Amino acid sequence: MIQTNEINKWYISLFDEFERNLNGGTKSPVHQLRKKAINDFSQLSFPTNKDEEWRFTNISPLLKYKFNPALNAPFIEKEEVDRFRFNGMKCSLMVFVNGFFSEELSEIESIKDKLTIKSISTAIKENNPQIQKHFNKYADSSTQIFTALSTAYIIDGAFIHVPEGIIIEEPIHILFLSSSKDDKILSHPRNLIIAEKNSQVLIIEHYAGLDNSIYFTNAVTEISVGENAVVHHTKIQEESKSSFHIARMETVQERNSCFTSNMISLGGEITRNDFNTRFNGTGGESELNGLFLIDDQQLFDAHTLIDHASPHCNSHELYRGILDGKSRGVFNGKIIVRKDAQKTNAFQENNNIILSNEALVNTKPQLEIFADDVKCSHGATVGQLDNEALFYLKSRGIGEEKSRDILIHAFASDVVRRIKIDKIKDHIENILTEKFNN
Amino acid sequence: MLLEIKDLHASIEGKEILKGINLSVNEGEIHAIMGPNGSGKSTLAQVLAGREEYIVTKGEVFFKGKNLLTLAPEDRAREGIFLAFQYPVEIPGVSNTNMLKTAVNEIRKYRGEEEYDAMEFLQMIKSKMKLVELEQALLSRAVNEGYSGGEKKRNEIFQMAVLEPKLAILDETDSGLDIDALRIVANGVNMLKSPDNATILVTHYQRLLNYIVPDFVHVLYKGRIVKSGGKELALELEEKGYDFIKDDSGVLV
Ligand SMILES: Nc1ncnc2c1ncn2[C@@H]1O[C@H](COP(=O)(O)OP(=O)(O)OP(=O)(O)O)[C@@H](O)[C@H]1O
Ligand SMILES: [Mg+2]
Repeated sequence: MIQTNEINKWYISLFDEFERNLNGGTKSPVHQLRKKAINDFSQLSFPTNKDEEWRFTNISPLLKYKFNPALNAPFIEKEEVDRFRFNGMKCSLMVFVNGFFSEELSEIESIKDKLTIKSISTAIKENNPQIQKHFNKYADSSTQIFTALSTAYIIDGAFIHVPEGIIIEEPIHILFLSSSKDDKILSHPRNLIIAEKNSQVLIIEHYAGLDNSIYFTNAVTEISVGENAVVHHTKIQEESKSSFHIARMETVQERNSCFTSNMISLGGEITRNDFNTRFNGTGGESELNGLFLIDDQQLFDAHTLIDHASPHCNSHELYRGILDGKSRGVFNGKIIVRKDAQKTNAFQENNNIILSNEALVNTKPQLEIFADDVKCSHGATVGQLDNEALFYLKSRGIGEEKSRDILIHAFASDVVRRIKIDKIKDHIENILTEKFNN
Repeated sequence: MLLEIKDLHASIEGKEILKGINLSVNEGEIHAIMGPNGSGKSTLAQVLAGREEYIVTKGEVFFKGKNLLTLAPEDRAREGIFLAFQYPVEIPGVSNTNMLKTAVNEIRKYRGEEEYDAMEFLQMIKSKMKLVELEQALLSRAVNEGYSGGEKKRNEIFQMAVLEPKLAILDETDSGLDIDALRIVANGVNMLKSPDNATILVTHYQRLLNYIVPDFVHVLYKGRIVKSGGKELALELEEKGYDFIKDDSGVLV
């Protein structure tokens, strides 16, 4: 058994070699952040069940392995990418393999004249001023150990900057493919999305496993939604069941901005998502929706935080879980309404369906309200498939399995239908059908 | 004989509800089952449809000569049994059309028939909709969700029309309907009646029987059929109430 502090040391020991491989990369201002982050990392320890925020999520299986940083991307055929594209949808595509941007597999030429879209490693090398302004400003490397690890080892990810007043109608599909074989690869995708005033963009952050190997994805995404800007974000996770996925998404919203997040996940061995959004100005709208489907021994944890730091903002949150086998689910939805955030509207709901006798879910809404003129509601349910509905369907001649499938789809559809684009919905419907017809 | 029930006993949560039902239904017949609240009418209907919560403790049921009690609920439906629920279930997120299309095709598959494509299916249900004067809008809505009481009952008859059962069991489909809705429901039932199929009407009110004329009327009381007769029995019940039944079979009171 490897000791936890041995794993800390392992990740610290990799830094020297990582630095040597950066070539000229050590001269950029970001490298100072890297050095600070590895220092922060060495001061922090991995969370245990004693930490309130990790009470139900035991990450010791993740700390069993000494993951190796990916050194380069393995060769991938275009057909392998096509499996994860949305059939017939016109979009820009950025493909990353084991964390590295692949120019050949990507298709971003046609929108380059409207916005800046490139790998973040290029943006860092070029000393892009937006990096200075936004990078590592929303995710916190000094207190969050996995974010520290991400910042220390940042190599690549998506960098998207939508200038003021620009509407990007075609979705941008960012596809992170992982293939580990026997190497137990670790990658740290790091994304920065900036939508300036009055702009609009739709992003799909998509994580997919090419095989059933063991690998570790430690992802951090920072999103800045400018005044009156609109960002629709969809995250899809269809990874190896043996994979580990720790992700943080930090969003800041300026006044009158609109942000929607839809998260659809089939989990891995352990998945932890921290999605935080903060209203920096009045009149903001935020929607956080999530659906996770897990079975066997999978563990899925969704932690969300909506920080109503300004008045007159609306948030709407719906998370649903479908659990089978001996899987474990965690939902922790925190809403803070700060003292000055009058006229806040916050709605939160979490519903879970347990399909087996041994699956378990821990759900915890956390409302911290310091303003008095607000409307907040929350609710959580954990239940089984509705037996009356099941019998009704069967009494119409529909078989047991198909009836269950129909009810599960219906439960999921309240989340899926919030996704704006039909082709993505179709992709997700297919994932659902495939999952439940096995 | 289409349906033969012999000495059927059934319990729920350890409580015996059906205490020896005997009933035979032939093709082409309409049977009405009446009886006071809580006498076991819905229990009988649900047991025939295959509701697992009810445990059959004794007796036999044959449908088209087959042992019905060993069949799963979906196979009973595929063999031709249809239950119109006393309280139709709301199923959020599942559209009426999708449910019916799946049901029709699962039944066709079971019978070795070609599945309908979208066009054929739509054509088929259009004609059935007219039969119960169902609005188009109700089709795309979630099953029974937010329907009025009358809409729910008409939707049950609509489903029956689509599925064309051999044996339809209508559990108080007439309850709570205004006279117009009642006529629509009755009309639907009469139009679907044929020499090959049969209907069991569970009802409290002889009013329905003005529109659908039964061949037999049975009184179910405390889990047993205590009296059977022709359509005039319903009139007698309406006039005298159930007390005269109790006198008739004093031991049961
Ligand atoms: N799930 C249940 N658990 C326990 N008892 C039940 C259950 N369902 C029904 N019963 C009991 O079984 C008896 C018969 O109920 P049933 O619904 O069959 O009567 P009914 O004749 O259809 O009545 P009504 O005319 O009111 O519809 C009643 O005493 C009822 O309380
Ligand atoms: Mg009843």
